[in-house]
Amino acid sequence: MSAVGCGSAPMKNLCLLYRTELVHHFSGWRLSSASRSLSTQAATTGNTPQPPPPPPPPPEKTHFGGLKDEDRIFTNLYSLHDPLLKGAMKRGDWYRTKDLVIKGSDWIVNEIKKSGLRGRGGAGFPSGLKWSFMPKVSDGRPSYLVVNADESEPGTCKDREIMRHDPHKLLEGCLIAGVGMRATAAYVYIRGEYVNERLTLEKARKEAYQAGFLGRNACGSGYDFDVHIHYGAGAYICGEETALLESLEGKQGKPRLKPPFPANAGLYGCPTTVTNVETVAVSPTILRRGPEWFASFGRKNNSGTKLFCISGHVNKPCTVEEEMSIPLKELIERHCGGVRGGWDNLLAVIPGGSSVPLLPKHICDDVLMDYDALKAVQSGLGTAAVIVMDKSTDVVDAIARLSYFYKHESCGQCTPCREGTGWLWMIMERLKVGNAVLEEIDMLQEVTKQIEGHTICALGDAAAWPVQGLIRHFRPELERRIKERAQKELLEAAAA
Amino acid sequence: MFSPAARLATKRLLEIRRALRPSLALASPAVAARSLSTALNYHIDSPDNNPDMPWEFSEANMKRVKEILSHYPSNYKQSAVIPLLDLAQQQHGGWLSVSAMNAVAKIIEVAPIRVYEVATFYSMFNRTKVGKYHLMVCGTTPCMIRGSREIEDALLRHLGVKRNEVTKDGMFSVGEMECMGCCVNAPMIVIADYSNGSEGYSYNYYEDVTPKRVVEIVEMLRKGEKPPVGTQNPDRIRSGPAGGNTTLLGEPKPPPCRDLDAC
Repeated sequence: MSAVGCGSAPMKNLCLLYRTELVHHFSGWRLSSASRSLSTQAATTGNTPQPPPPPPPPPEKTHFGGLKDEDRIFTNLYSLHDPLLKGAMKRGDWYRTKDLVIKGSDWIVNEIKKSGLRGRGGAGFPSGLKWSFMPKVSDGRPSYLVVNADESEPGTCKDREIMRHDPHKLLEGCLIAGVGMRATAAYVYIRGEYVNERLTLEKARKEAYQAGFLGRNACGSGYDFDVHIHYGAGAYICGEETALLESLEGKQGKPRLKPPFPANAGLYGCPTTVTNVETVAVSPTILRRGPEWFASFGRKNNSGTKLFCISGHVNKPCTVEEEMSIPLKELIERHCGGVRGGWDNLLAVIPGGSSVPLLPKHICDDVLMDYDALKAVQSGLGTAAVIVMDKSTDVVDAIARLSYFYKHESCGQCTPCREGTGWLWMIMERLKVGNAVLEEIDMLQEVTKQIEGHTICALGDAAAWPVQGLIRHFRPELERRIKERAQKELLEAAAA
Repeated sequence: MFSPAARLATKRLLEIRRALRPSLALASPAVAARSLSTALNYHIDSPDNNPDMPWEFSEANMKRVKEILSHYPSNYKQSAVIPLLDLAQQQHGGWLSVSAMNAVAKIIEVAPIRVYEVATFYSMFNRTKVGKYHLMVCGTTPCMIRGSREIEDALLRHLGVKRNEVTKDGMFSVGEMECMGCCVNAPMIVIADYSNGSEGYSYNYYEDVTPKRVVEIVEMLRKGEKPPVGTQNPDRIRSGPAGGNTTLLGEPKPPPCRDLDAC
């Protein structure tokens, strides 16, 4: 009987209260001290044996970024070396994979949980937890791992680099993650446009089969595991997990209602987990180097390293692996040669792929690139695809183009999204040239709120957020365009 | 926030705008001609596209069909519909006729409508003729802010066609695609090569292009040359920063492995 398991201070007091009651009823012993323990901390320690003081915590890391080359997971990101089996083994892939597999599902899931890895596909759900949702005992149905390589979020091009330059990391990850979730086979769903990436991955898959790393008795561990490669044909919506499963079953990519969740009934009605390429590809390295190593990067709850894709108006756009929680400004200046025309020429940044709201310059000055910091400024890390816009950008046009994108990619299943995305685009096109009245800005905001949260999948939300971000941060710009055009028309009418 | 006078002015403005509308529409024909649909969603029988035309996979491709089907459970052949349609499109010179879709439906043992549904849903399936080289310009925001509209204009002007139109000699057509996942190398175009059937099929990315460079690429293709694939910026290595990488400078070493037996 102690206060163990009661974390926060008020809880602790409640527990103490409970304990005092017990003491009172069962022993009638030391009544006076028991009543004292209600209010003071000192009395507790008096009653229980004192545990040894914990070792002082290591000094808290306050600055992130500047990852060293030896801590990078994707060591062939730019294909300076052989991407296929020989080169991959030289870089440490498939090293002692058999031992990792033999450790078993629970060990793998626990180690991933300890590492604090969060899904790299956008939502940031803790990966270990997600993998643990799969059934522990099969009811006769096979379990599947489906790897989401349908990378189509505008701004994102990280999975492409993994598939074409480090395909064996992905294949080994499939085996490890597959064992972790007790799956019998993995399907890698690649977007249709990545034809050359798919061919590389297919070549790598063939090599892995020939070397005995995959297939029957994978790596000599006694575990049978197959990897299949499937591809789409150009539909953004197939990046949504249930739409991806529909597409994989040979239908239109229209998201399914949840529940049932894929972990219960996914691909072919069997338990399935859909994970992003990067999440899967980093897992073998985490297991080999230890979860503590991975957790030592980034802030608490945002641990690890991450591939960042920086596009748009920077001097040297690139894809680069960096530590989580690196300040945005440092990321851009260290790897991309800074914003075109200097930092002061920055207008806005979309920090996580097109689906997250943009950030104006004053927020970009000191924001950290991780899930929690970006959420705190009403945006998100998403896929860590940083789209930089300098002052020459027509920001309304840029967001209007995104609205067109969502209109084009809406699957048409839910009315708010099918109709709403079209309306968003049409209003945005008019706002671009100021052909509107001021009240229509609020109307636009209202339309986004009518879409958001009223659809089966998150595409509706993703369409709404960029527009909301624009209204939140660039309302004066929208108003200026409307007023300017009104003035011009008034003058023209007066002249005529 | 607004004074009543300003409100009145806005109201008046709306009236003026309404009165001016016809002339406004005339002033911007592009807006007036804008179509809301991006793809053809119906089929009308024509002499070169009707269900009576015979169509089947070539012998070499039948082997690939078998290989594709082997990846899916035997009772879920429908899963293979996208790979098979893709193969059919390659064999048929870059587009899908109704009889090709029917042939696919027969192989995967579903009603033809299940195949039509899929073929109309995904944007990589063309249901009208395209050029031997189908050029696709990525037009989504990351490419747009780096000048993809100029790229498309340059291509259309050079070839003298409209979007989704085939040149008279049947060599080229230009289309727009949504984000191709190549954003750090924006702007970019993709060239689908249907000139040599499914054996010679390629779908290559040409990255970091300029309006001048895309025209050069088109001319090289016309002469039968093969322009170098990937980034067109000589200072860059794939997706690395221009002018030399900032990371991964040394020879990569295998990462240290902890003592796996102890944990």
